[in-house]
Amino acid sequence: MKRVLRYTTIVVVLAVFLAPFLWMVLASLRRHIDITSGRLFGGSFTLRNYRTVFDDFQFGDYVVNSLVIACWSTALSLLIGLPAAYAIARGGMRRTAMTILVARMVPGIGLVTPWYILFNYAGLTGTYTSMVICHMLVSLPFVVWVMMNFFEGLSTDFEDAAMTDGAGPLGAFVRIVLPLSLPGVVTSGILAFIFSWNNFLFSLVLSSKSTKPLPVAMYSFIGYSEVDWGGLMAAAVSVTLPVLVIALFVQRYIVAGLTAGAVKG
Amino acid sequence: MNRRLRWLFASPATLFVILAMVFPILYTVRLSFQSWSGSLTRAPRWVGLDNYRTLLADGRFLDATARTVIFTVGAVAVELVLGLAVALLLERPFRGRGLARTVILLPLLATPVAIGLAWLLMLNPTVGPVNSLITGLGLPAQPWLSSTHSVLPTLMLIDVWQWTPMMTLLCLAGLATLPAETYEAAAVDGAGAWQRFRRITVPLLGPTMTAAVLLRSIDALKTFDIIYAMTGGGPVYQSETLNIYGYITGFEQFQFGRAAAIVVVFFLIVLVFAIVLAKLNSRWGVVR
Repeated sequence: MKRVLRYTTIVVVLAVFLAPFLWMVLASLRRHIDITSGRLFGGSFTLRNYRTVFDDFQFGDYVVNSLVIACWSTALSLLIGLPAAYAIARGGMRRTAMTILVARMVPGIGLVTPWYILFNYAGLTGTYTSMVICHMLVSLPFVVWVMMNFFEGLSTDFEDAAMTDGAGPLGAFVRIVLPLSLPGVVTSGILAFIFSWNNFLFSLVLSSKSTKPLPVAMYSFIGYSEVDWGGLMAAAVSVTLPVLVIALFVQRYIVAGLTAGAVKG
Repeated sequence: MNRRLRWLFASPATLFVILAMVFPILYTVRLSFQSWSGSLTRAPRWVGLDNYRTLLADGRFLDATARTVIFTVGAVAVELVLGLAVALLLERPFRGRGLARTVILLPLLATPVAIGLAWLLMLNPTVGPVNSLITGLGLPAQPWLSSTHSVLPTLMLIDVWQWTPMMTLLCLAGLATLPAETYEAAAVDGAGAWQRFRRITVPLLGPTMTAAVLLRSIDALKTFDIIYAMTGGGPVYQSETLNIYGYITGFEQFQFGRAAAIVVVFFLIVLVFAIVLAKLNSRWGVVR
């Protein structure tokens, strides 16, 4: 009896977390008339909403924009974030750590106006370069946060051995420490990518027509369509699906990354 | 690692953050003492404390400040309780636990704007399933986002849906570190399930949960995407938080000086939470 109760509760809780996603997918596959009349089951399904979104509103272009921005900001964050996290973990640079982590706490709204002015002076307004720079402020703290915890948990034996064998600190870092830290690098990279992909505020203010990423394109889609629920949901599914697929495959890594540092084992 | 090498490793990231974050913050503080329409050809004009004086007499600003705090405290409190409850539910092994843990990840990883749109459909008074469900159960239909009274609680509810999983994950990670022997010993001594929860789980999870609550509060204060995408601050400003009001003042009304003053006040509120976090951190060493 107690077991049945427990399982029922679990199923209900999971249903609550899943419902909006299921509804989103379901509505994206239905005709407008079916959604407005409240018939979401039965009858025929259609891919027409996706055709509208990708053919009439060029969502493919925005997918490319989102990919370019998220990939570059992730790669560059790893490039400068990994050595920083390593130095913090091995050298105990608390003030440096705090400076970088404060970036996670600062309200983005206070940064966009100065950035807009700066990018304008630099002739970078609305370019990929400017988008990558501001997205890096989202992804870099994730890389540093996750990796300094990861490096701290890593034994120094291997790098000590490498250095005794004549490798320099940089060589030991690149050839010994990084390969050993691959799970951590993957975790922090995935999180950096997801949070750049999801970012809305920075892109809303700073992107131009040709660099607009998916969340902003989706938001402007609301205004275009006279509440075309099917189209809106097809857009929402297209934005969310890549992230959810990643989540399904590397669930364990993501959980480890999100909870890094919050618990001292 | 020696000192010079450490700096070499850390300097690109540190320099980047200083250029991309510290400079803009200082600029925003300066702008809050100026009046500026956003025109790049007309320079900002110095107005001293005028922007702050205007804000103190601005009912819309004061309401937004109160609303930001209510939203944060209310949503995070519910998330803490529900997050712990769900964690205790999912803690013991059962078939499909891996799947369950993946499912609870989805709300916090999905793109917030997309989530906002999905909930717009869910809560739509005429075509949404939520009202059909509750009228089917014999309860009265709710206006959700369309009423000035229910819009803020509805947005808090969505925040709870989105972020309770984060609390659950942190609680699960914390629970996994608790010593099994303590529970066994307590059970042998005749402590019931509630007593074990009250006397062992809560005190031992305390530091983890405090850190989780503060980090989550800082993020909740900054909530922008979902509110802006779903209501834009309406109806009649009733879901306008400081973040939304600051955005509208700057990028829709082109009063960048006053917007900067709003942002500075907002900074200070976030800073209070951050300082508390740092203080607790130095006492318990839970977050670095």
